[in-house]
Amino acid sequence: MKDDRDDVLPGRRRFLRCMAWAGAGTLWLVKGGVAHAGMLATGAAAADATFGFVQISDSHIGFHQAPNPDPVASLRQSIALVNAQPRRPDFIVHTGDLSHLSKPEQFDTVAELLKEAKTGHVFYLPGEHDVIGDDGKAFFTRFGGGAGGNGWYNFDHHGVHFVALVNVRHLQAGGLGYLGSEQFAWLKQDLAGISASTPVVVFAHMPMWSLYPAWGWGTQDSAQALSLLRRFGSVTVLNGHIHQIQQKVEGTITFHTARSTAYPQPAPGTGPAPGPLKNLPAGRLHDYIGVRDVRHARGSQVLAVTEQSLG
Amino acid sequence: MRWNSILLAGPFALALAAHAATPAASTKAAPGYQVGIRNFHFMPAKLVVPAGGTVTWINHDEEPHVVTSVGDRFKNSPALDTNDHYSATFAQPGTYTYFCSIHPQMVGTIVVR
Ligand SMILES: [Cu+2]
Repeated sequence: MKDDRDDVLPGRRRFLRCMAWAGAGTLWLVKGGVAHAGMLATGAAAADATFGFVQISDSHIGFHQAPNPDPVASLRQSIALVNAQPRRPDFIVHTGDLSHLSKPEQFDTVAELLKEAKTGHVFYLPGEHDVIGDDGKAFFTRFGGGAGGNGWYNFDHHGVHFVALVNVRHLQAGGLGYLGSEQFAWLKQDLAGISASTPVVVFAHMPMWSLYPAWGWGTQDSAQALSLLRRFGSVTVLNGHIHQIQQKVEGTITFHTARSTAYPQPAPGTGPAPGPLKNLPAGRLHDYIGVRDVRHARGSQVLAVTEQSLG
Repeated sequence: MRWNSILLAGPFALALAAHAATPAASTKAAPGYQVGIRNFHFMPAKLVVPAGGTVTWINHDEEPHVVTSVGDRFKNSPALDTNDHYSATFAQPGTYTYFCSIHPQMVGTIVVR
């Protein structure tokens, strides 16, 4: 499998990165920054989990072309997959690009569909497709603008600290994703009171590392934010945007990008541009899209990340 | 196909004539200049036009793009879906840099002489 970073990774991590491509059924146990792969059925942490949540991303309601002319149907199927889980997730987080074009009816469709999800709460954060033309007004009106009205927020759940960041606003010509100084100041203050042994989970739409800047897959000021997170024993960063599973371990920080519920995009640097991967083998779309299940075991820093494709 | 236009010109005036809902069709053959958007690039990335020239962007990608003026020097486009067009007329000489507000790595320049 194609991975332009394999050459600089130690053997074990190289193997793990490859496993991340294998699709549904791979269980990720993340402890102290080192990931351990196992099969879903033998995953002790999954069985002992105090709680679990599901990440959904990049639904792109309003997209209407190959390889998925009906992203409403595939989002509905993704929700059905969540509802079929043996254990109900405490919450769902949608990590952005709910809509394709920031249209009110596209947001309303997502909100309606997610009412069918069997979960306690749905958290949302915007992708760049959700803030077109109005700087996110239509999005924030429906899904909340966080404590300060700028979209970012935090919450605590069973001893895990969650931070939702917005890196899709005020993007600059020639730049990448952008957090900005106001958000950085908020994050600094937010994390200051948290003990280093508290597991931290960060949500953002765009990747928080330089995954492939030529395609805009990165956040220009993410290093600043990550500097605030390095003192923690376990940090898990979950994002969307690139419509495929990629993983990176950097000290105690583990990054995971998620699949889309609508359509896949090419692996970094393969093909002329990002955008929908159009020429999928017939009937195989569902192998490339889906949702992510995350479980946490009480008293540990372990977060188990499981990918579930629709196929 | 959806039209987003300030002023239409050249070959598009013809297509517009068939589009009854749009009232402002100009039959005057103003010089038209095009920038194609393909594979997340503005092509050409740098376009030179005379003062008063009208530039029309056409999105050929499956992804939407947004023509956004750096420093608000001309009106930004709405989201351009596949095959959407957007036009702007440049009266004053100068160098106008623009980018895609949702894919900021996409940058282009209109030089008005
Ligand atoms: Cu764009």
